[in-house]
Amino acid sequence: MKFSIYDFSSFTQSIHELLTGVMSPTWVFITELAIVGLIFLLFYAVLGLFLVYLERRVCAFIQNRLGPNRVGPQGIFQTIADLIKLLFKELFVVKNADKFLFNLAPFVVIIASLMAIGALPYAKGLQALDFNIGLFYIIAVTSLGVVGILLAGWSSNSKYSLLGAMRSGAQIISYELSVGLSLLAIIIFAGSMQLSVIVESQANGWWIFKGHIPAFIAFVIFLIAATAETNRGPFDLAEAESELTAGFHTEYTGIRFAFFFLAEYMNMFLAAALATTVFLGGWMPLHFGNFETFNRIMDFVPPIVWFFGKTFVVIYIIMLFKWTFPRLRIDQLLTLEWKYLLPINLVNIVLIAFLVLMGWHF
Amino acid sequence: MVEKSEVILGENEHLRINMGPQHPSTHGVLRFELDLRGEIVDQVIPHCGYIHRGIEKMSEANTYQQIIHLTDRMDYLSAHQNNEAMSLLVEKALGIEVPERVKVIRTILSELSRLQSHELWWAAFGMDLGALTTFFYGLRDRERILDIFEESFGSRLLHSYICPGGLMNDVHPNFKSRIKEFIPYFRKKLPEYDQLLTGNIIFMERSKNIGLLTREEAIAFGITGPSGRGSGFSCDVRKHEPYSAYDRVDFKEILYTEGDTYARYRVRIDEMWESLRILEQLVDQIPDGDYTVKMKPIIKLPEGEYYQRVETARGELGVYVVSTGDKYPERIHFRTPNFSNLFVIDKLARGHKIADLVAISGSLDLVIPDIDR
Repeated sequence: MKFSIYDFSSFTQSIHELLTGVMSPTWVFITELAIVGLIFLLFYAVLGLFLVYLERRVCAFIQNRLGPNRVGPQGIFQTIADLIKLLFKELFVVKNADKFLFNLAPFVVIIASLMAIGALPYAKGLQALDFNIGLFYIIAVTSLGVVGILLAGWSSNSKYSLLGAMRSGAQIISYELSVGLSLLAIIIFAGSMQLSVIVESQANGWWIFKGHIPAFIAFVIFLIAATAETNRGPFDLAEAESELTAGFHTEYTGIRFAFFFLAEYMNMFLAAALATTVFLGGWMPLHFGNFETFNRIMDFVPPIVWFFGKTFVVIYIIMLFKWTFPRLRIDQLLTLEWKYLLPINLVNIVLIAFLVLMGWHF
Repeated sequence: MVEKSEVILGENEHLRINMGPQHPSTHGVLRFELDLRGEIVDQVIPHCGYIHRGIEKMSEANTYQQIIHLTDRMDYLSAHQNNEAMSLLVEKALGIEVPERVKVIRTILSELSRLQSHELWWAAFGMDLGALTTFFYGLRDRERILDIFEESFGSRLLHSYICPGGLMNDVHPNFKSRIKEFIPYFRKKLPEYDQLLTGNIIFMERSKNIGLLTREEAIAFGITGPSGRGSGFSCDVRKHEPYSAYDRVDFKEILYTEGDTYARYRVRIDEMWESLRILEQLVDQIPDGDYTVKMKPIIKLPEGEYYQRVETARGELGVYVVSTGDKYPERIHFRTPNFSNLFVIDKLARGHKIADLVAISGSLDLVIPDIDR
C-alpha cells in the first residue's frame, strides 16, 4: 500500500482495490460509505471540541485572561469535561412545546453542517464527494440549517426563542445572497463549480491574488456574510445574550443544546474552509513568481497542513470579530446587507465578468 | 373596486413579554413588561420591588450609627457616598465640624467610588451592546480600586466606613502611595476604553440618537447624575452645593446637550477623567490630624426635619430625616437617584427596538437594590 502525505489519491485507490479484491461491488460501496461516514463523524466531533477550546483560548487572550489551564495540559480536557457534563444533563422539554419538532430541530441543524463538510477538498485526493456542482451543493445544504433554527424557535413555545428564530431567519436568508454572489465571483474566474477544479485552477496563484481587486472585495464580502450566516458576533442577534437570553436555543438542555453549539462552531469552520478553498488556494502551497527556492520549501509542507493552516487563520480572524465588536441591531444588519453588500457585490460581479471576458486576469 | 377593509394578519397583535426578573441585561431583579410589535417596543412597564428590604422602615428602629450599615445596601456601588450622605446629615443636625483630614479622605473615597462604579458601568454597558471584551477590561481596572478599599477598611463592596463624626478608623499607611500608583496607571488605561468602544462605528450607530431625552423632560422626570447631565441638565451636587472638600478642588461639571445614549456614555467617560483630576489634587493634601471627632455613643438628633444631598455615581441621593429628639429617627426617606432614573425608560424606549431598550437601560446605569431600597 502506497502512502504519501502529498497525494492521498494513490492511498485511497489502493484501499479501494483491496476491498474490490475481497467482496462484491455492492459491499465495497457500503463498506466505503461506512468508513467515510465514521471518519467524518469522528472528525466532526474532535474538530468541534477543538474549536470550542480554541475559542476559549483566543477569547481569553483578547480579554487579558488565562483561559482554561487546569484540566489537563493547557486545559485541553476542559471541553471534554464540558461534553461529559452536557451528556449527563437531563433532556428537559418545556411544557406545551411541540415535542416532535422540538426534538427534530437540533438534528436538522447538525445534519446540515455535517453534510457540507463531506464535500470539502482537504488535500490532494482527500475529498469524499466531488460533485461537479460542489460549491452549489455546499451553499444549498448549509442553508438548510436555518430551517432547524426556525423549528427550534417555533416549537419551544417561548417568546424569546421565537424572536431569536425570526431574527435568525431574516438574517440568514439575507446573507445567503451575499455568500452566494461572492462565491459566484470565483466561479466566473475558475469557470467551474467543482471544488477540486477550483483548487486546481489556483496552482499558479490564489484567486485572491490573481483576481485583482474584485476578488479581494469578494473575499471581504464573503468573510462578512459568512460570519453573519454562522450567527457569530457581531452578527449573533439570533442568540443575543443581553437581549434574548439565548435566543432560539433558550429552552434546550443537555446534548440537544450541545448540538446547536457544535453546529455553530462547525459552521464557522465550514465558512473558513470555504474561504480557504475558493479564495486562498485550498491545499495549494503559497508560491511567489520566480523564487524557486522559496517555492520548493513551500512545496515541502504537506497540502493538508496548508489547508488547515489557512483555515485556522481565517477562523482566528472570525473569532477576533466576535470578541472586539459590539452587536449590530436587526435593522442595521439588514441595511448592511441590502443597501451595501448586495449592490457592491452585483457591481463586483459585472466587473469580474468583464475582466474574464477581456482575459485580463492571470 | 377593491374593498378597502383588508385585514392584515397580525397587524395589531402585540406580543407581551416579561423581561426579567431574571434576565442578563436588567442587572438585577428588575422586571420590564414589554409590549412588542415585532421587534419594536410599544410600551415598557417597569415593575420594581423584587429586592425590597424595607430599609426606610428598618431605619426607624435603628440608631443613626446602625443606619449607616443599611445605606450601604442601597446603591452598593456607591457605598461611600451613601454613608457620607447619612453622616453629613447627622453632623449638620448636631452642628459638628469634622476635621480637615476627614473631609479630604471622604472626598477621595467618594471619587474612588465614582471611578469604580463608572468602570463597572462601562464594563456592563459594553456587554449589553454585545461587546463582551469590555467587561474584562473594566473589571481589571476596578480591581485596583477595590484593593485600595480592602487594604484600608477590610471590605471591597459594602464598606460602612464613613460614620457620623468622621471615619470608622484611620486609613492604611499605604493608602496614599496606592492611590498615587493608581492615578498614572488608570490615566494610561482609560484611552483603551475609547479605543475599544467609543470610536467603534457599530457602537456609534447603536447609541447615537437612541433614547433621546430633552433637558425639560430630564428635569420633569427628576433625572439626575450623568444621565441628566447628558441632556444638559446641570445637576451636579458637588458643584451646586459643595460638601466635604469639593469646594476647594478644581473640576468641571460635564455637560452634553444631545441627550441620547451616546451623550450619557460620554458624560461618564469624561467624568472618569475629572475624577482622576480631583484625586490628583487631593492625594498630596491629606492633612494630619484626627480621623474622627469624639461622638457620644448614643446620637440623639434635636427635634426637627433635616435634609442632606450628595452626588453619587448615579445622581443625587437625598436623605430626609424627621426626628422627635429620640435616638431613632421618627421617619426617614431616601431620595434615591435610580428610582427616578428608572421610570423614564418607557418614555425613552418607545418606538425603538428591543436591542435599543437594552442599550438605554444600560445607559441609565440602574442599580436595582437602590430602586427598591
